[in-house]
Amino acid sequence: MVKNIMIVGVGGQGSLLASRIVGNAAMAQGYDVKVSEVHGMSQRGGSVVTYVRYGDKVHSPVIGRGEADIIISFEQLEAARWLSFLKKDGVLITSTQKIMPMPVITGSTQYPDELISQIKEKNIKVVAIDALSKAEKAGSIKAVNVVLIGAMTHYSNFSKQQLLDALKTSVPQKLLSVNLNAFESGYECEQTL
Amino acid sequence: MAKTIMLGNQAVAQGLYESGCVLVSSYPGTPSTEITEFAAKYDEIYAEWAPNEKVALEVALGGAIAGGRTFCAMKHVGLNVAADPLFITSYTGINGGMIIAVADDPGMHSSQNEQDSRHYAAAAKLPMIEPSDSGECLNFVKIAYEMSEKYDTPFILRLSTRVSHSQSIVETSPRQEIALKDYEKNPQKYVMMPANAKLRHVVVEERLDKLVEWTDNGCPFNKVEYNSKKIGIVTSGISYDYAKEVFGEDASYFKLGMVYPLPEKALVEFASQVERVIVIEELDDIFETHLKKLGIKTDGKNLLPKISEFSHELIREKLLGIKAEFSELDQTLPNRPPVMCPGCPHRGLFYTLKKMKLTVSGDIGCYTLGAVPPLGAIDTTLCMGASVSALHGFDKVRNNPKNTVAVIGDSTFMHSGITGLCNITYNQGISTVLILDNSITGMTGHQQNPTTGLTLKNQPVTPISIEKICEGAGVSPEHIRVCDPADPKQLEKVIKEEIDSDVPSVIIVRRPCALLKKVPKDTYYIINPDTCRSCRACMSIACPAISMTGSKPTIDTSLCIGCGLCKNMCRFDSITQVVR
Ligand SMILES: Cc1ncc(C[n+]2csc(CCOP(=O)(O)OP(=O)(O)O)c2C)c(N)n1
Repeated sequence: MVKNIMIVGVGGQGSLLASRIVGNAAMAQGYDVKVSEVHGMSQRGGSVVTYVRYGDKVHSPVIGRGEADIIISFEQLEAARWLSFLKKDGVLITSTQKIMPMPVITGSTQYPDELISQIKEKNIKVVAIDALSKAEKAGSIKAVNVVLIGAMTHYSNFSKQQLLDALKTSVPQKLLSVNLNAFESGYECEQTL
Repeated sequence: MAKTIMLGNQAVAQGLYESGCVLVSSYPGTPSTEITEFAAKYDEIYAEWAPNEKVALEVALGGAIAGGRTFCAMKHVGLNVAADPLFITSYTGINGGMIIAVADDPGMHSSQNEQDSRHYAAAAKLPMIEPSDSGECLNFVKIAYEMSEKYDTPFILRLSTRVSHSQSIVETSPRQEIALKDYEKNPQKYVMMPANAKLRHVVVEERLDKLVEWTDNGCPFNKVEYNSKKIGIVTSGISYDYAKEVFGEDASYFKLGMVYPLPEKALVEFASQVERVIVIEELDDIFETHLKKLGIKTDGKNLLPKISEFSHELIREKLLGIKAEFSELDQTLPNRPPVMCPGCPHRGLFYTLKKMKLTVSGDIGCYTLGAVPPLGAIDTTLCMGASVSALHGFDKVRNNPKNTVAVIGDSTFMHSGITGLCNITYNQGISTVLILDNSITGMTGHQQNPTTGLTLKNQPVTPISIEKICEGAGVSPEHIRVCDPADPKQLEKVIKEEIDSDVPSVIIVRRPCALLKKVPKDTYYIINPDTCRSCRACMSIACPAISMTGSKPTIDTSLCIGCGLCKNMCRFDSITQVVR
C-alpha cells in the first residue's frame, strides 16, 4: 500500500512546510517516504506541486495522473489544474483563495467562474475552506498550509495526534502556537462534501 | 546510526561531512544549490560561494592537490563554464579525494537548456556516478572519496532535479576525520605543459582501463537484480525508481550507479540472461549506443523520448501501453507562468525599457522575467554574461545604433559580465550596460555573492564595489551612474543620456530584492474606486497583486508589500498607502 498526497499552489505559498509535516508524520509511523519538491524558477509565483508518497516501499518520488488519494490545494485555479491527478475516490481539499495569474491580469484570458461547483459536478469529493481567513484569525496569513493540513486529518490515515506531533517537529518553537491554532481551525471547520 | 528524511542535496552534504571533506567551493545553480548551503552548516567544512563554476572547480582542485578531500557543485550548464579545469583534472589527477557534482535538469524546471552531462565523463575520461535517492547520495559520496584517492582521479557525481529535490530516508553516521595527505612538489604531475602532459595522457588511458576492469569486478555502485527474466532493464538514477514502480518484480534490472565507464562484461552477461533488453535513460541514448556497440540488441529511444523528463506514468504508457485514467474539467485553464514578485525592483526598470522601445540584450536571473508579457522588454537571453559581450557584437555590426542596452544582475556580472565589459572598453565599443544590483543572487534562492558583503557562512566582509570594478575595467567615472528603479522618470532620463553618449557606460540600477528581510513590508497600497478612472496605467507594470475586479483594478493586500511603483503610475492620485 502506498498513499499519495499532492500539495499544489502558487510559488511562495508555503507548500514545502505542508509536505514536511506529512513526510515527518509518515516517517514517525515507520513508513518509507518520498517527497518531491519544486525549488527555483517556478517558486517565483508560478504553479507549483509537491508530491508526498508513503507506504511499505516507495520507488518513484512523483505521482501520476489518476493516482493521488488526496490533493491539498492553496488556490482554486490550481485545484482545477491538478485535478487530473486525483484518484477516482480521492478527496480534494482546497482553500477558496483566488490568485490571478498574469494572463488574467493582462486581460488575455479570464479567471474561470465557479470552479469549485464545476469540480463538484464531476462527482469529486471536495472540501472547500476559506483557509486564508482562518489562518489570519489564527495569527498569520502564512499559516494557510497548516489550516489545510488540519482539514486533511479526517481523510488521511493519520490520527490527529500523529499530525500534531509531526507539526511540532516541523515548525520553529516561536511559531508553534500560531500553527497549533491554525491546525485546530482547519480540523474543526465544517466538512462539506 | 540515525534515520532521518533528507533532500537528495542535503544527503550529498551529509556524505561530504561524514567523509571528512574539508573544502567546498561552488557557484549556485538550480537544482544543485542546496548541497553547498547544507555543507556550509558544518563547522568542520570550509565552504564558500565562488564567483563562477570555473573558479569553484579550480579552488577544489587546488585544495585536493594540497592533500584535503574537496568538493564543488554546479548545475549542468555550470559544467560548461568549468569544462577547462575539468579536463585538466583528468590529467593531473588529485592528491586528496575530489568530487565534482553536476545536477542536470531534464524537463527544464529552471534552466535554459536540457543537457546530458554524461557526455562530459566520456569526453574528459573521468569516472561518473549517479545515485537514485537520498540514501545513495550519501553512500555514493563516501565510496567515491575512497575510490577517488585509490585511482587518483576526481569523481563526477551526476544528479538530476528529481534526485536533488526529492526527500527520502537516510541513515547518518558520525564524521570520519581524515588526515591531510602530504603535499610533495611534483611538476611532472601538476605542471601541464606538452612534455609532461604527453606522459600524463598515457596515465589517463591506463587509469581508464583499470576503472573498466574494476566496474566488472566488485565496483559497489552497480547493482544487478534478477527477477522475471522476460525483460531486462538497464537504467540509472531516477529512471531506476520509475522502472521499479512500473515493473516491480516483473523485470530484472541492471542498475548503473556508475554511468561511466560502463561494466561491459557484466552488461553482456546480463543481456544473455534475459529475453529482451530495454534501456531506460532520460535525455540522450548513451547507454543504448554503448550496448549496441557491444552487440546487444536493445530497445530504448525507439520507444522513449529524448526530450524532457520521465515519470512512471510515461514509462507505463510507452512500454506497457497502459494509459492513466482520470477526470478533469472540460475547459482550458489559464496558465500560471512564473512572474516577478510583488515589489520586485526589476519591474520599474523593465517598465522603463519597454516604454523607451529599446533593444535589450538580456541575461539570466530573475530579471529574465522581463522578457514575458506584458513587459516583454528583452530581445535575447543566451547564457550567463552574454548580455554584455553579445551587445558589443550587436552594436558593432549595426554600427552603434544608440537604441540598445544590456541588462545583467549583480551575481551574473561577477560571474562573467566583467570580461565582456573589458572587451567593450578595450575594443572602443560604446555600449551601455545596466547592472541590476538587487544585493543578492535572487533567482537561485538568495545566495550571497562578492558584492553583498556577506560570505556563505554569513561572515561580514568588505563588499566588492561594482562602481570600482567598472572604473578599473575602463569605464570613465562620469559614465558610471547609479539609479533607483523605483523612480522610473529619473531612470529614463539617465538611460537616455548614456545611450546617446559616444563612450561605454554603465548604469547601476540599485534597489534590494523585495524578498530580503531588510526590506520593510509594513505597508500596502489600496485603490480608491471612487476616483479611479480605470485607465489601467497601474496594470501596465504587471504586478501580480493588481488585477481587475469588475470594471476597476484592485490590489490584493495579502500580496502587496508596499513598493509604491503603482502609485507612481497613477495620474488621478487614486492609490494610497496604508500602514499594516
Ligand atoms: C553557468 C550558469 N550557472 C548558474 C546558473 C544558475 N543561475 C541562473 S540565474 C543566476 C544568478 C542570478 O543572480 P543575479 O544575476 O544577481 O540576478 P537576480 O536573480 O538576483 O535578479 C544563477 C546562478 C546558470 N543559469 N548558468
